[in-house]
Amino acid sequence: MSAWETIIGLEVHCQLKTRTKLFCGCRNEFGAPPNSHTCPVCTGQPGALPVLNEEALALALRAAVALGCDVAPRSKFDRKNYFYCDLPKGYQVSQYDEPYCTGGGIDVGEGRFVRLTRIHLEEDAGKAIHDRGDSTLVDLNRAGVPLIESVTEADMRSADEAYAYLTAIKEIFRFAGVSDCDMEKGSLRCDVNVSVHREGEPWGTKVELKNLNSFRNVRDAIEHEVERQIDVIESGGEVVQETRLFDAERGTTRTMRSKEDEHDYRYFPEPDLPPVYVDAETVAAIRASLPELPAARRARYVAELGLSEYDAGVLTSALDVADFFEVTASACGDPKAAANWVANDLMAALGEADASGSAPRDLGTLRVRPEGLAELIGLVAKGTLNVAAARKCLRAMLETGKDAATLVSEMGLEQVSDTGEVERWVRDALAGQEKAVADIKAGNTKAIGAIIGPVMKASGGRANPGLVRETVLRLVAEEH
Amino acid sequence: MSADAATLAAAVARGERGARSVVAEALERIEAGDDAVRAFYRVDRDAALARAEALDARVAAGEDVGPLAGVPVALKGNMCLEGSEAHCGSRVLAGYRPPYTATFVRRLLDAGAVVVGMTNMDEFAMGSSGENSAYGVARNPWDPERTPGGSSAGSAAAVAAGFVPLALGSDTGGSVRQPASFCGISGFKPTYGRVSRYGLIAYGSSLDQVAPLARSVRDLELLFEAISGRDPLDSTCIDDDPVRPLEGEGLAGKRVGVPREYLSDDLDAGVRARVDAALETLGQLGAEVVPVSLPHTEHAVPAYYVVATAEASSNLARYDGVRYGLRAPGDGSLQGMIAATRDAGFGDEVKRRILLGTYVLSSGYYDAWYGRAQRVRGLIARDFARAFEEVDFVAGPTSPTPAFRLGELIEDPVAMYLSDVLTVPVSLAGLPAVSVPCGTTDVALPVGLQLVGRRLADAELLAAARTYQEATEHHLARPQGVPA
Repeated sequence: MSAWETIIGLEVHCQLKTRTKLFCGCRNEFGAPPNSHTCPVCTGQPGALPVLNEEALALALRAAVALGCDVAPRSKFDRKNYFYCDLPKGYQVSQYDEPYCTGGGIDVGEGRFVRLTRIHLEEDAGKAIHDRGDSTLVDLNRAGVPLIESVTEADMRSADEAYAYLTAIKEIFRFAGVSDCDMEKGSLRCDVNVSVHREGEPWGTKVELKNLNSFRNVRDAIEHEVERQIDVIESGGEVVQETRLFDAERGTTRTMRSKEDEHDYRYFPEPDLPPVYVDAETVAAIRASLPELPAARRARYVAELGLSEYDAGVLTSALDVADFFEVTASACGDPKAAANWVANDLMAALGEADASGSAPRDLGTLRVRPEGLAELIGLVAKGTLNVAAARKCLRAMLETGKDAATLVSEMGLEQVSDTGEVERWVRDALAGQEKAVADIKAGNTKAIGAIIGPVMKASGGRANPGLVRETVLRLVAEEH
Repeated sequence: MSADAATLAAAVARGERGARSVVAEALERIEAGDDAVRAFYRVDRDAALARAEALDARVAAGEDVGPLAGVPVALKGNMCLEGSEAHCGSRVLAGYRPPYTATFVRRLLDAGAVVVGMTNMDEFAMGSSGENSAYGVARNPWDPERTPGGSSAGSAAAVAAGFVPLALGSDTGGSVRQPASFCGISGFKPTYGRVSRYGLIAYGSSLDQVAPLARSVRDLELLFEAISGRDPLDSTCIDDDPVRPLEGEGLAGKRVGVPREYLSDDLDAGVRARVDAALETLGQLGAEVVPVSLPHTEHAVPAYYVVATAEASSNLARYDGVRYGLRAPGDGSLQGMIAATRDAGFGDEVKRRILLGTYVLSSGYYDAWYGRAQRVRGLIARDFARAFEEVDFVAGPTSPTPAFRLGELIEDPVAMYLSDVLTVPVSLAGLPAVSVPCGTTDVALPVGLQLVGRRLADAELLAAARTYQEATEHHLARPQGVPA
C-alpha cells in the first residue's frame, strides 16, 4: 500500500486594529464592560444603517498588499443570512462573490508556498455567554468589529506546515500593523479543512475543524483528525463530510454538524452599501508605506549582517524589536553585538516588565533607546566596561533612564586594566590555593575559574577578565 | 383645516399666529375625527403642545424657527423619533421605542415642525390598503367603507381628513402615491437616495424612500426641501444639497409621454376619463403630450415582488425576540424562542412575503428568481431612460382604480399586488414620481394623476405638477364634513 497523504486548507479570521467598528463609530476595544461599546447600528435597531469605516478598508488593503494579493478595483458587500442570538441583524455583512482581493500567499519555509484563494472583509458577531446560570447572556461589544477572513488553497501537507503558516501570517499582520493576531483574545481565529488519501489516489472527503483556540490546538487537532480519518478508512469505513469540534482537554474531535445541516446563507448583495472602488494609486501608496516584512528581514540579517538564523528569528518576532535592533546596529557598527544585546538582555528586560505578556510589551516604552544601547556596546568594545559591568549598567539605564557614561562614573563601573592592581588581586586569590595551582600547572584550564571568581569579587566585578586570566597563568608559571 | 403649511409657517414665524394654537387646533380635529378615520395609533398631545410653546417663546425672542414653524406633522409608524413608539403596524414591535431619531425627523424638527403623532400602516409597509395592520384599519375620509390606500394609510388619511397639513409616508412600490391618489391629496416619491433612510424602518432597502404627503404640491416642495440632502449616516443617500423648489411655471414647452402600457383596458372607466382630461389640461398648459412605450411594464410587478420580498426577508430577520419588541418563549431553546416570536409577531402578509423572499434567495433558486428579477429591473430602468430621451415627463394614472372597498382584495393577494402595476415600475427604476388629484369619479372618489421625472429631476417634476395643480381646482375638493 502507498503512504498516506494529508491535504490541509485554512480559513483565518483576523480582527483589524481599527479605532472604531466596521460600520459604526463605536470603539473597537477588547475587554470593555459588556455592551458598553454599542449603538443603534451595531445592535441592529430597526432603521439604522451601516457606513463603511475607511480605516478598516485601509488596514484590510495593507493585509492584502503584504500578502501579495491582487486587489480588486471593485468589490461589494453581501448579506449572509442566519439566526443566532449574537447576530443582531439576523445577517452578517460580508463579501461573497466579489471579495476585495484574491491570490497572493505565504512562504512557509523549506521551499513551500501556501497560496491564498482570497481575503474578504466582514463584520464580527457579538459574543453569547452560556455558562452563567440558566440564561444565555449576549455582549455586543464585538458585534461589528472589522474582520478579514483569509482562505488558503488546500496547499498544506502537514500539521507542522499549518502551524508554520499561522506563525507567518501572524508575524506579517503584526508587522504590517493590521491585527494583533492574538488567539487568546480572539483577534485571530482559525478553521481547518483536512482530508487524507493514499498517494496517487484522488483526494479524500474533507472535514472542517472548529473551536481551535491556539496554534498548538490547530496542530494537535489536525494530527488527531488525520489519525482518525486514516483509522476510519483502514477499518473499511468512509469519512463523512462534516464539521467537527476540537476538544482541547481530551485532544479529540467530535461531530458538530453534518453536511445536511449546513446553513443555506442566502447571500445577496447588501443594498445598504454601495460597491467599494480601489484605484491603483491607493494600492501603490499602501505598498510604499509597508515596512520590510519579517521573512525578508530575517534573510537580510543572516546574509548581510552575519547573524545566526536563531537570532534573526528572535529579532524579527515583532516590528519594534527589529527596528530597535537595526537602529542599534547601525549606531554601534557591530550588528552581532547589537543582536546579542537586543535579543538577550533587552528581550529579557521586556519579559520582566510584562510577565503576563502574551504579546511583548512595546520596546518603545523602555527607558533605553537604541542610541543609548549602542553607546553601551561601544564602551564594551573600547574596554571601558566588561560584559558583567555592562549588564549592571544596562539594568540601571532601564531603571533610571540615565545614559551609560553617566552611570559608569556614578556607579564606578569602569573596568580595571591596571596590571599592578590586577596582580595584587590575583596574588591574594592564589594564596592557599595549592590544589588549583597544581591543576592549572598540569594544564587543567578549567581550574582557572576557581581563581578568577574571587578576583572578580574582590574587584567589585571591575577587573578586566582577559587581563586577570593572563595574570593568573603568568604568576602560576613564574612561581613554580 | 383652513390653511396650507406654507401659510401657517409664515404666520407663526411672523408671530401672527401662535404655534400652540395651530397645534392645539390640529389636536382637536384629531380628537374629534380620528375615532372614525383611525389614522393615528399614537397622538403625542403633551409633547406636541410643549414643543409648540417652546417655538412660540423662540419666535417671541426674535429667533427664526425655520420654514415649517409650528406646522403639525404626522409620521408614519415606521419612522424613528427617539422614545416615540414605532411599531410598524406589527405585533412584533409592540412597545418598541427607538433609542434614536431618524435623520429626516431631526431635519423636520430643526425646520420648526411639530410632530403630533404616529400613523397606522400596513405591517412593515407591506400592503396596498392599510388592512395588514395589527392595530386596526384606517378609513378613507371620502368613504369610510373604503380603503385610504396603503401602506401609508394613516398618513394619507390624516392629511385628507384635514387633521394635519403635512405627513410623511414611505414609498417602496407606491405606498405614498397610491394612498395620495385614493385620498385626493398630493404625494411625492423622490428619486431614490434624495432623502436619507437613516431611521426609516426598512422593508425593501433598495426601493424604500421617505415620501411627503400634503394637500398641495407647494407644501410637498416645502417639506421635501426640509428633509432632503446628503447624510453621512446613509451610504445610499445622494451627496447633494437639499432640493430647493424651482420658481415659476414648469410645463410650457415640455414634452409629456403617455405610456401606452399604462392605459390598458383594465383601467377603471372613471379613472380613464379623469386622466384623459388631465392630459388634455397639460396640453393646454403648453406641454406637448405624446405617446411613448415602456415595453417591459408587464414584468414589473413580478420583478418587484421578488426584489422587495428578498430584501424584506433579510431586513426582518432582526425581529427575533432577543433585543427588543415581542418575545415569545417557545420551547425555551434559542431557535424555539425565535420561531415562536416570529410566528406570534408577524401577520399573514408579512409571513407570506418573508417566505417568498427566503425562497427566491435560496441556494439553487437565486439565479432563476432574484438574479432574473434584477435583470428585469435593469430593463425597466432602460425603458424609462429611452423614454426620457424623447420626453421630459411620463404621465398616466397613479392607480388603475379609485379606492376599493375594505375587504374587497384582502383575501386575494395577487389581485392586491396587481393594483401596484402603475407605481412599481417607477420604484424599480428609482425615479421621482408625484401623484396629484385630477378629479373625482361619478361616485365621488378621487383619482390621481401620476407624473414621473428623470432621475434627480425632482425639482423640475414638482414644478410641473405644481403648474398643473395651480391651473386646476381638483386639489381643493374635500370629502364631506371636512372644511375646505
